[in-house]
Order: sequence, then structure tokens, then C-alpha cells
Amino acid sequence: MTLAQKFLGASAALALTAGAAAADPAILFDLGGKFDKSFNESAYNGAERWAAETGGSYAEVEIQSDAQREQAIRRFAESGANPIVMAGFSWGTPLAEVAADYPDTKFAIIDMVVDAPNVRSVVFNEQEGSYLVGMMAALTSETGTVSFIGGMDIPLIRKFACGYAQGAKAANPDVTVISNMTGTTPAAWNDPVKGSELTLAQISQGSDVVFAAAGGTGVGVLQTAADEGILSIGVDANQNHLHPGKVLTSMMKRVDTAVYDAMSDGADMETGFNVMSVANHGVGFAMDANNEGIVGYDVLAATYAAAAQIEAGELAVHDYSSDETCPALDF
Amino acid sequence: MDVMPKWADVILIPVISIILAAILSALVILAIGENPWAALKLMVSGALGSTYGWGYTIYYATNFIFTGLAVAIAAQAKMFNIGGEGQALLGGLGVAIVCLYIPWPHWTVALIGAAAAAALFGAAWAAIPAFLQAKRGSHIVITTIMFNFIAAALLNFLLIGALKAPGMEPATSKFPEPAHLPSFQDMFNFGDTTFFRGAPANVTFFVALAACLFVWALVWRTRLGYEIRSFGESESAAKYAGISPTKIIMVTMLISGALAGMMAINNVQGEAERLVLNAAEGAGFIGIAVALMGRNHPFGVLLAALLFGFLYQGGAELALWTSIPRELIIVIQALVILFTGALDNMVRMPLERLFLAMRRA
Repeated sequence: MTLAQKFLGASAALALTAGAAAADPAILFDLGGKFDKSFNESAYNGAERWAAETGGSYAEVEIQSDAQREQAIRRFAESGANPIVMAGFSWGTPLAEVAADYPDTKFAIIDMVVDAPNVRSVVFNEQEGSYLVGMMAALTSETGTVSFIGGMDIPLIRKFACGYAQGAKAANPDVTVISNMTGTTPAAWNDPVKGSELTLAQISQGSDVVFAAAGGTGVGVLQTAADEGILSIGVDANQNHLHPGKVLTSMMKRVDTAVYDAMSDGADMETGFNVMSVANHGVGFAMDANNEGIVGYDVLAATYAAAAQIEAGELAVHDYSSDETCPALDF
Repeated sequence: MDVMPKWADVILIPVISIILAAILSALVILAIGENPWAALKLMVSGALGSTYGWGYTIYYATNFIFTGLAVAIAAQAKMFNIGGEGQALLGGLGVAIVCLYIPWPHWTVALIGAAAAAALFGAAWAAIPAFLQAKRGSHIVITTIMFNFIAAALLNFLLIGALKAPGMEPATSKFPEPAHLPSFQDMFNFGDTTFFRGAPANVTFFVALAACLFVWALVWRTRLGYEIRSFGESESAAKYAGISPTKIIMVTMLISGALAGMMAINNVQGEAERLVLNAAEGAGFIGIAVALMGRNHPFGVLLAALLFGFLYQGGAELALWTSIPRELIIVIQALVILFTGALDNMVRMPLERLFLAMRRA
């Protein structure tokens, strides 16, 4: 085989792989990339679970620039991928513009609502899960001070913080809630060193339970909390196993389930508005062998009681994004 | 006398550097079990094989032309403006304010207004570090870097506060229709065939070309440009010749900041048509590599910006259609920067020796 033939063969193979993507689902990750130890990684895990269970394959892309959003949606839609799942609120604007051009393709978007007949919008009631872990934090705290570390000061993270503060104050009206954000550039989502510094600062202010909703930055928060002998709370996925016996619980946001469900439904996916809440186990708190020894029985009983109330609709947790105010915390 | 002829300096060295970077990239791609030739073909066809690909390549290049020129003109006065990123972010703020709050009748006036606002905001952001350098001797590298973070914080503050549109996203609302710039798709639409379909390249590209011409004329055809270059060559000689260092530092940095700020009419007004967080996306830093590679000459900046536009769009195609991870695409882009910018002497010195040997022979 001559060299030229080899090259031709290789490019033909490439063309084939691109063609084989037809009718497979596709997933578009946000700028953080699929290994952000948080939101995108959770979406990736959902896609991987689907691939492992069905033996199917899926197309994926990690974008590098906002200008690539519309490009990626269009290119996958034109290649025949269906459904196309995208993780992150920033996909909302480009999807709203593009969805109508591909009426036969189904789209699913997580964390944003796009009103189009071929789009499934999946949003999470993060405030409910955060409320529950906030209760656990305040009930477990011995100093009466609990804290929150967010990635970047954006409405979505305020929604987490607001739910957490409400839960903490519901459990103990005298509790002090400290809240800090990591930074103002995208690096804030992956800055464990800064996370560690903020944790130390909060410990010096008296906090003995810290909740991190900050992507990869949270790794530093959980590590420092474990080193300094206070408790921490993980986010998105179950992070209890990172420091067994030192992570109080994790606020579960089942992005993986949302992705898995969308991919499993395939091209027949039902569209419309999906809310993932405590009621349908889309959000919640994690209990496993790693933390059962540190969560008190009365703490657990009170938290389950609150979860049941939320589920039954008897307890409404204020949603920061509904009116951009928070009754329990000042930003 | 120069050791090498000018063409070797301007063309031969960058080309050899790019080839070296390409060879190393190919080895990296080979090491993860992908086919480098297929990857290269995909990059070339994806970025240059269609008007669509060109539309993206030119869009990215437009950003890099502005930030590259900003670095290049400051470099003529031997100042290192690392603050292009922050100046471009502030330019975006200027664009957003005039596009949202002034009811423009037509895109032509909106473009002029937005460009003026972008330049003004970018220049204002460069003015403080420039003043500190000129009057207090605070090093411009340090202050401009610090101002990038202040800019990011300021934009963060405004985009979750005063300027935020209703909803979860930290972004302004969409600019009104008359403020939208015509894209290449609108401009090159000849009946049946649509060129540049869906691509973000827009009329700003021509503004960028005009900016290249402006910088060239300013630096090499005006008295101010002569003063800037003299100051860059030797501050004490320039002072002796009656050139005020304060004036040159201030004026050069204001022009530099204005150029970086004007990038915003491309990405904010032309592409996104709203202001989002981190709108500049690192283009301010790419501008440093573009200027280095372009030898601080507007024409070189133009070519280097096109190369980086190609790398960005080609990289996007790789991300879409191969399993080459995103991190590796960044490695490939970084290799080009490394070879063309940092390792310049690695190619230059052997070449110079070669030319000397040839001359002796």
C-alpha cells in the first residue's frame, strides 16, 4: 500500500465514523468541559451509563468558545444526531434560535427553559435539595455557624445558597450563614487552592459545616474541611466517598439521570417542561456507608420529615430565580 | 547590515516554525492513536474548505486582529500591554450600553456609535495603568494584568446586577434589531446560493482591515508614529530629542486600549448581539502571540490572526468529529504559539548561520 493510499483510507474511515453518528444521540458539554468534577461530569456520567447499558454510541463535543454553541447544535443536527442533549443554561439562547430550523430533531436542554415544540427543558429545584442539606448543616453544627462557597456569583449559584440558608435558618433560627464566592473568571470553577483558602477563612469565622457548590473548586473545600476537622457538604454527584466520615452529605442534582433519560427515550423523546425535584428524586441528599456514622438520628429524622413536607407540597422553599430575592441571605 | 534578507525574517522563520509545530502536533496526535494526516485534512477542510468554514475562521481572526494590533502598537514603544483581555471586556461594556440604551435608526450609525464607545471604554481601561507607568513608574505588565481581573469582576458585578436581563443567565438582553450588524451571510447573498451560512463573520472584519491600515499609517507615516518608535528604541535618546515620555506612554496606551476595546464590535455586537460573561474569551491573550508572530507589523498581525482563526475553527472541527480531546487541541494551538513566539531564536540562529555561510561561499 502506498503512502497516499493509506492517507485516503484513513480519511475514508474518518468520513465513515462521522456518518455512523447518524441517529445516535449527541451531547454538548458546556465550557467547563466534561471532566469538571461537577455539572458536566455528571452529564457525561449519564451519557456513559446509557452507552454501557444499551451498547450504543453517542457523539459529543466540548466547546471552547461561545461562538461554537450554535455551530455545534447545527452541525450535529445536520449530521442526523437525535436527540441532542445540551448541558448548561448558556445553550438556551442559541438553541432558541436554531431549534425551529430542525423540526425533526429532538433537543433536550438542562438548566434552562426553551419554549419550542421539539425541545425538552429540564430544570432542577436546586433550592429544595440545598434546603435539606442546609437543615442537616445547622442541626449538626456545634458552633451555630455554617457556611457556603459558590463558584461564581451568578443567579444559579445564588439559588443554591439561598436554599441552603433557608434550610439552615428553618432548623435553627439563630444560625449564622456565611457565604463566599470563589471568583469572577471561569477559573473560579476549578480553583481548589482558592476553595481551600476560603474554607480556612470561614473556619476562622466560626463555621464548622461548609457547603461547596463550586465545581472543581469544591475538591479543595472538602479536602481542607477534612484536614481541619470540620464537616463539608458535596454537590451535584455523591461526593461522600471523597473523605469518608468527614463529608456530612452531598446535595444531589441528578444531571446524569436527566441525560440518561433523554438518551434512553431516543428520537421519540417527549418534549416540554420537566422539573427535577425532591418529589421525583431529581434532587436530594446522599446517605451511604460513608456518612451514616456522622449524621445523627434526630438530624436524619428532621430532614426526612422536611423532605416529605416538600414532596407533599406543604413546605415551599423560596426559589431565588423566581424573583431574584432571598429571604434568608443577603448577597 | 542585517544578517538575513528581509524576506527570510518575515516569511521563512514563521513558516519553518509552523512546520516544526505541525510535526510535533502530528507526533502528539499519533501518540493518542489518531491519524494526524486525517486530522490535518479535517482541520483544513473544516476551516478553509467552505465559505462556512471561512466565515468562522474570519470571525476569530477579526478578534485577533484587534487584540494583535493593540499589543503590536504598544510594543512599538517597547511597552508590553497584557491588558488586552480586560480592555476588550470593557469595550464590550461600552458596546452593550450604547446598543441597549440608544435607539439607533440603522446599523451603519450603530456601528460607528458602538465602535466609538468600545474604543472609548477600552482606552479608558488602559489609561489608568498608562498613567501609573508614566507618572509613577509602576510597571505596565503588572498593572495591566491586574486590570484584567478588575475588569472581569466589574463585568460580573454588572451582569448579575444592573445590566442583567430577566432570567437565570448572567447576560444582558438581546440588542434591538437596528443595532445588529450584517453578517457575511447577509452581505454575500446572491439569490439561490447562500455563502457563509450561519457563520458569525460580519462587517467588522472590514473595520479590522481598516484598523490595520490605520496602525501602519500611524506608526510609519506620521510624526507621532516616529516619536513612538524613537521612544521604543531608546527612551533617553527620545527625551534628548525633546519627545515627552509621558505623552508617548499615554497616547500609545490609549490607542492600544482603544484597539483592544474595538474587538467588542465583532464578538459582542456582531456575533452574540448581547453581552455575556467572559465575552472576550482569552482573545486578549492570543493577541500577544499574534503580535509576536506578526513581528508587530500590521500586515504580519493580519496573517498571524488568520492563522490563529484557522487553528480555532479547525480545532472546533476536530472537537466535533474526532475523539481527540479538547485539551489536546489546546496543546496543538499552544505548540504553534510556543514555536512562533517563544522559540523564535531556535529557528533564527541556525538560519542566520546558514545565511552567513552562504554569503561567505
